[in-house]
Amino acid sequence: MRDVAVVAFAQSRAVRAEEGANEVEILMPVVSAAIERSGVPRKEIGFTVSGSCDYLAGVPFAFVQGLDAVGAWPPIRESHVEMDGAWALYEAWVRLQHGDVDSALVYAFGKSSLGDLPQVLTLQLDPYCMAPLWPDSISIAALQARAWLEAGHDEREMAEVAARSRKAALANPMAQVAQDLTPEELLKQPYLVSPLRRHDCPPISDGAAAVVLAAGGLAREVSERPAWIRGIDHRIEPHGLGVRDLTHSPSTRLAGERAGVGRATVDVAELHAPFSFQEVILRQALGLGPDVEVNPSGGALAANVMMGAGLVRIGEAAGRVSDGGAGRAVAHATSGPCLQQNLVCVLEADQ
Amino acid sequence: MAGEILVATNVLEYPYTRTVGPVLGAFFTGLREGRIQGVRAADGRVLVPPTEYDPLTSEELTEMVDVGQAGVVTTWAWVYAPRPLHPLDRPFAWVLVRLDGADTSMLHALDAGEPERMSTGMRVRVRWREGRVGEIQDIACFEPETPS
Amino acid sequence: MTEAGPDPNEPVRSIRAPVHLEYHFMPGRASSRFLRGVEQGRLLGQRCPQCAKVYVPPRGACAACGVPTDEEVEVADRGTVTTFCVVNVPFHGQKIKLPYVSATILLDGADIGLFHLLQEVDAEKVHMGMRVEAVWAPPEQRKPTLESILHFRPSGEPDADYETYKDHV
Repeated sequence: MRDVAVVAFAQSRAVRAEEGANEVEILMPVVSAAIERSGVPRKEIGFTVSGSCDYLAGVPFAFVQGLDAVGAWPPIRESHVEMDGAWALYEAWVRLQHGDVDSALVYAFGKSSLGDLPQVLTLQLDPYCMAPLWPDSISIAALQARAWLEAGHDEREMAEVAARSRKAALANPMAQVAQDLTPEELLKQPYLVSPLRRHDCPPISDGAAAVVLAAGGLAREVSERPAWIRGIDHRIEPHGLGVRDLTHSPSTRLAGERAGVGRATVDVAELHAPFSFQEVILRQALGLGPDVEVNPSGGALAANVMMGAGLVRIGEAAGRVSDGGAGRAVAHATSGPCLQQNLVCVLEADQ
Repeated sequence: MAGEILVATNVLEYPYTRTVGPVLGAFFTGLREGRIQGVRAADGRVLVPPTEYDPLTSEELTEMVDVGQAGVVTTWAWVYAPRPLHPLDRPFAWVLVRLDGADTSMLHALDAGEPERMSTGMRVRVRWREGRVGEIQDIACFEPETPS
Repeated sequence: MTEAGPDPNEPVRSIRAPVHLEYHFMPGRASSRFLRGVEQGRLLGQRCPQCAKVYVPPRGACAACGVPTDEEVEVADRGTVTTFCVVNVPFHGQKIKLPYVSATILLDGADIGLFHLLQEVDAEKVHMGMRVEAVWAPPEQRKPTLESILHFRPSGEPDADYETYKDHV
């Protein structure tokens, strides 16, 4: 395996509705900032790959327009996934293993404010037996939340995750929802779709994120403290909710094992848990004890750019490694209903 | 400048017709006739709704099995304010229901009236729609087996 | 398309699964500026600070350089036909009498072609290099849409030299 590291990360401040800017206008400063921070000249970047979803803004082939933010002339090597940018990063990591290019730009963007996101996300469900009933994403998560609660948990655990996440977000200028409320105060709020309250759900966010990866010698050349990707894996579970055990995340567990999460101590973890209780499921699946700091950024409960929030987890975790705050970090991204698909990435500083 | 940015309503419509194949085809044909069928998996479990392939072994599945029209709620979520596209226009519960004779559960709406009637494990039965055509909406919704 | 619907005695082979989603489309700053200009009978492009190319309509970015385009540039409402096609095939939603010409027009001062209709000329007389001008809707009927230009028509000027538009074909 070739050593590959995250050498730069940039993101926009997540907002409920970025009314002034189109996707390219949101994306361009973010891409430029990531490239500038990487120290790799734009024209020398060997591979470019993006993650986005055309349904969010209702514009077919919106991802092609997104390329305007990159400067794709003379023609570049480019690819796209209709998924979170974390999976684009996985593709870039695989691409760098080929050995013929040394750097990659990964970006993701989402402007969900233009549509009715919880209902747009219905389109990711089984199109025969589920989507025709038009369940929304919050209702689907609420079904998982109830199953999880009745497996021996309580709503206070959910409120604790929400309170901690939004308090942590006070220190994150890129976050959208940040406040200091106690779990008790949160538990007084009414249900949105029971057993979920509003604070158990992610905000709807517009925004973008970008990461630059570099391999081996180039990473050492451009970065004082590269965040090396020491393990990365992603796994998926069946489509039908009724055949899954919604109270656990076996795909996260397997991806975590394959990525080597348990091989050494984890200092910090950025977990993509759009709904509060999912963080508890993910911690358990990854074997993260109470001593592991989780989501110092505030996580997806503080800012959840669709198709970007998973890549942001990797960028945030890498940032903690590169700034010396952590020696070993775990980043996680999820996709699909009820944690259907999960990616786990282990990042380490030089030993 | 206020009002500088333009906004236009953009309606996206896809008039999809989806071919369903032999397994879901049999399931939907059954719904049209007012019966519910699952498929037997490699390990003997009965999957409802049926899948073409075994979720664990990927084996092709073909043996259709009739299951009951009532069952138990395995999890539920109460919707206080239904959305326009939801199957019911009054507060209801989304439920996963394990039908009698089935080993997996299916998603549908439950017309329970109020959240106080809900509990995991409660018994519910199918309410059929009139004029069935062979699709999941032929089940109008589920309803509690015990009248309120 | 089936007129009579599926046969209720045959096994179900397909389901109807229509998708209907409503969005509030927002074109962003650059396109909004452009369309507001069109409403006033002006064509506003943007110049790339790196390669100096002028984009009309602008999208706020130079696709080649990957940098924001902030400098606004007004271009002429006349230009040169760089390529065109003659539409002879009727289609659903067609509003214009056949045959008609769709053309890419390099407006004077712009570096990318604008796609629009070419009318008031026989289709067989249209050619590359033909000089054309915009025919605007009356001011009171103009809206922030390219339909405020009803169409382009020949301006009567001599043809443009191929050298002047060869990089834009």
